[in-house]
Amino acid sequence: MTAQTVTQKESNFKTLMVLLVILAFMVGLVSISVPLYRLFCQATGYGGTTQKADASDGTILARDITVRFNSDVNNHLPWNFKPVQRSVTLKIGEEALIFYKAVNNSSETITGTATFNVTPFKAAQYFNKIDCFCFTEQTLAPGEEVDMPVSFFIDPDMAKDIRLDEVKEITLSYTFFRAELDDEE
Amino acid sequence: MSDQAHANPTGWRRWLLSTNHKDIGTMYLIFAIFAGLVGGAFSGLMRGELMEPGINYLTMFTNGDVEAAKHFFNVLISGHGLIMVFFMVMPALIGGFGNWFVPIMIGAPDMAFPRMNNISFWLLPAAIGLLILSTMVEGATYPGVGAGWTIYAPLSTSGHTGPAVDLAIFSLHLAGASSIMGAINFICTIFNMRAPGMTLHKMPLFVWSILVTVFLLLLSLPVLAGAITMLLTDRNFGTHFFDAAGGGDPLLYQHLFWFFGHPEVYVLILPGFGLVSHIISTFSGKPIFGYLGMAYAMVAIGVVGFIVWAHHMYTVGMDVDTKAYFVAATMVIAVPTGIKIFSWLATMWGGSIRFETPMLFALGMIFLFTIGGVTGVVLANSGIDTAMHDTYYVVAHFHYTMSMGALFSIFAGWYYWIGKMSGKPYPQFVSKLHFWLTFIGVNVIFFPQHFLGLAGMPRRIPDYPDAYSLWNYVSTVGYMIAGVGTLVFLVGVFMTLRSKERVGDNQWGESATTLEWTLSSPPPFHQFNELPRIK
Repeated sequence: MTAQTVTQKESNFKTLMVLLVILAFMVGLVSISVPLYRLFCQATGYGGTTQKADASDGTILARDITVRFNSDVNNHLPWNFKPVQRSVTLKIGEEALIFYKAVNNSSETITGTATFNVTPFKAAQYFNKIDCFCFTEQTLAPGEEVDMPVSFFIDPDMAKDIRLDEVKEITLSYTFFRAELDDEE
Repeated sequence: MSDQAHANPTGWRRWLLSTNHKDIGTMYLIFAIFAGLVGGAFSGLMRGELMEPGINYLTMFTNGDVEAAKHFFNVLISGHGLIMVFFMVMPALIGGFGNWFVPIMIGAPDMAFPRMNNISFWLLPAAIGLLILSTMVEGATYPGVGAGWTIYAPLSTSGHTGPAVDLAIFSLHLAGASSIMGAINFICTIFNMRAPGMTLHKMPLFVWSILVTVFLLLLSLPVLAGAITMLLTDRNFGTHFFDAAGGGDPLLYQHLFWFFGHPEVYVLILPGFGLVSHIISTFSGKPIFGYLGMAYAMVAIGVVGFIVWAHHMYTVGMDVDTKAYFVAATMVIAVPTGIKIFSWLATMWGGSIRFETPMLFALGMIFLFTIGGVTGVVLANSGIDTAMHDTYYVVAHFHYTMSMGALFSIFAGWYYWIGKMSGKPYPQFVSKLHFWLTFIGVNVIFFPQHFLGLAGMPRRIPDYPDAYSLWNYVSTVGYMIAGVGTLVFLVGVFMTLRSKERVGDNQWGESATTLEWTLSSPPPFHQFNELPRIK
């Protein structure tokens, strides 16, 4: 029986080190998968992730876009949540300010948080929000009713993207969840 | 001389403290047979329930409680999937045949890290123990994990508030750690311990297949481990990785799971590809056709396998360009797979074919895997998959590749090598009866499931409308046939081990060319005291 020779042990050790580095790399990759995923969605508009902007650059094109508004409420949240207007039609590049109305139907103060996306997904890259109630958590006292603003514009670069030539309507959708779901249970 | 240099432990020490690759391989095989019987019994309960519409039999296990019976069905499907993937196919092909024959085929005395090999095996009983334990504690109102083998959030988080899912997650952690250590061991062995002259391009195809497989494991298992750890913290420590209410995204879990899960299905089938190549070559009396093409086809399958994962997720709302990419990439896999199938056919072409039992199983594997591959190309189309997603068509597809492709290659390997491993011949008639019963049985089980799926029957549901009753009945009859086949297999195992006959060093004649046939049957406890030289 040839026991493992010294050189063989050395080369085994070297291979082992390389494999451990590969292993560590994959573990590293999966542990930063959450920020990576978020970054990827933001950069590509994947899944309808909208963009953030400070203001439009003032370019306004002649092309009309209708933006429709949708709202959903998770069933753990006893709120009414509806867009004030069903839709707005605006020019590409034009800033718009719209409102959603939220009512707390319960007898306790509740904090909610909203997730959002737009469809078609490919329009998300060009959908810029300047300000939105969804950027922060919202707290409503019992019976309180508030108007929640969203200001946004469509990036004029959209006109240059031939994939979006057929897009005449974009739907902006929000789903309100109860923040800190665990506390209530 | 050599016996003095190395101990030959006896009794329980030989097994519990084993560092011998053949003994560890044997333990893996016994473990896989045991797990396979449990997983197979689970599917028997499932097929029994599905034989007729309504909830009929499972209430026997739940004191007549129908809701509990429905949850019990979910526990059965989840357990069946996890057991067959992690505790049957992987231990049999990689742990069992891999441990037994990779060192021998490359002319090595043992694995690179024999003690790590021991812990790789002994983590598995602990892992399956945790899974069994999970069936006894609360899952969702009733005991056990009913979230499927994919344990998707939110069903596995807010849908299963009891500790059962936690135990299943720990079970997967252990099984994953076991496989990662096994993978490292195989890579070191194959890279560093080949006999003089055994270059990578002379390595037997089974060793190539294990090499590709363990690389897939090494790269994909950490991702599974990470995903289920996030699941664990979501469940217990208030994180919101996969919870939209806290800013997370349940889709991220699916992406992570399938980034592991798709390579995993190649992990299950690639060793079978390697094995079948040897068997086809041996019983055709010819060297394998297109050796290098065969080896690199497996490498290609492994590489492309990492960039197609989202074809499991066509219905989650991906945009059309993403779908187009995943459709195209998925279909590309048919090319290297086709190279393998046609090379096997070309190997048999003009050969003097002997229909020994291993050859029957290998031919069955090629035939059935091809059917599964064809339905795979159908499902790769995102448009068709939108309709077929989560129907029995998918169940039929992956059972043709896994339950028949992988299982038939395991049986092919069993009959090919049992003479070498035990020194005793398998019974001719019983083994052929086992083949025909299994071949007919699994086809009768799964072929009708294509019809059920096309008619829209959803998977993972214990009840169905009367319209689906005919083919479900036929499918359950098929299970009974295959079940008898399994009993015949056990009879064959018993007869083999009791046999007084002995087989020679090379049972299959000169067309069996790999190194294991140069050793005695069974091989000595420590082989290759002098390393063989490969010309």
